[in-house]
Amino acid sequence: VKAKIKVMLKKSILDPQGKAVLHAIQDMKLGNVEDVRIGKYIEITFKDGKKDAIQIDVDQICNKLLANPVMENYEIEIGEDN
Amino acid sequence: LKVAVIVFPGSNCDHDAYYSFKKILKVDTDFVWHKESNIDSYDLVVLPGGFSYGDYLRCGAIARFSPVMKSVVEHAKKGKLIIGICNGFQILTESGLLPGVLMKNSNRKFVCKDVLLRVENSNTAFTNNCRIGELINIPIAHGEGNYFCNPTELEKLKTNNQVLFRYVDEFGTSDTNSNPNGSIENIAGIINKYGTVLGMMPHPERNADPLIGNSDGLKILKSIINSFGSN
Repeated sequence: VKAKIKVMLKKSILDPQGKAVLHAIQDMKLGNVEDVRIGKYIEITFKDGKKDAIQIDVDQICNKLLANPVMENYEIEIGEDN
Repeated sequence: LKVAVIVFPGSNCDHDAYYSFKKILKVDTDFVWHKESNIDSYDLVVLPGGFSYGDYLRCGAIARFSPVMKSVVEHAKKGKLIIGICNGFQILTESGLLPGVLMKNSNRKFVCKDVLLRVENSNTAFTNNCRIGELINIPIAHGEGNYFCNPTELEKLKTNNQVLFRYVDEFGTSDTNSNPNGSIENIAGIINKYGTVLGMMPHPERNADPLIGNSDGLKILKSIINSFGSN
């Protein structure tokens, strides 16, 4: 079983990395780009376990380690290993 | 009085902290490796600056799970003193010993320079050797020092006089021009509500030796020693 996790800065938080990339994209003159936000994508592979139980564990892992709830939100997707 | 300078993989201001306490202030000081789990014999814990665990994930996020941090939290619960400098401040917020978070500098740059701080509260274990409103010159060196907390937390910090230092200009004004990293209300350092845990981005240990021409950092380090009544 694999947990796929997306961590993004909250909308209210400035993303300097995103801003720098935004400026680079604007220099490329491709499309009318308004904003860029950069986050993290994390995969955790579990040897075994039920999806529901894994969901609960991953939620804790995100809350305590992978994301800082003061400034970040996260989304979890539990799926088959592939 | 015994001081523990905690050493994480990637700490790089641990020797400056050790030197300041041991050689300048002549205090019994040890390096304590992050795998250590018993720090009962120490009165003051220093979480030094650096790049613990390569700043992987977020600054301080992984150091927080080092074995020694359980004992550091216990140390705090007993009301014993902790000072976290730079990366140490980041570790303190990540471990929940201080509120808020240190985000990437708003100007996207690593900022390394001397800055002026205004002492906002001189009635603490960390600032009793300073005057309220006094300006002290302390260097900063960080890419993630942009302090942020939610409005409720910020109100609490201000009501309880927990904001110890603000970035200011030579006239003592704290505004966007004197703010090196975008910190909310120019906050450079805060204490917990018990006044026993200090986190600050500037490096007092780098300005502690009179030999280098500016020893304003000593005012903070000496305050800590004073608070133990050994002066």
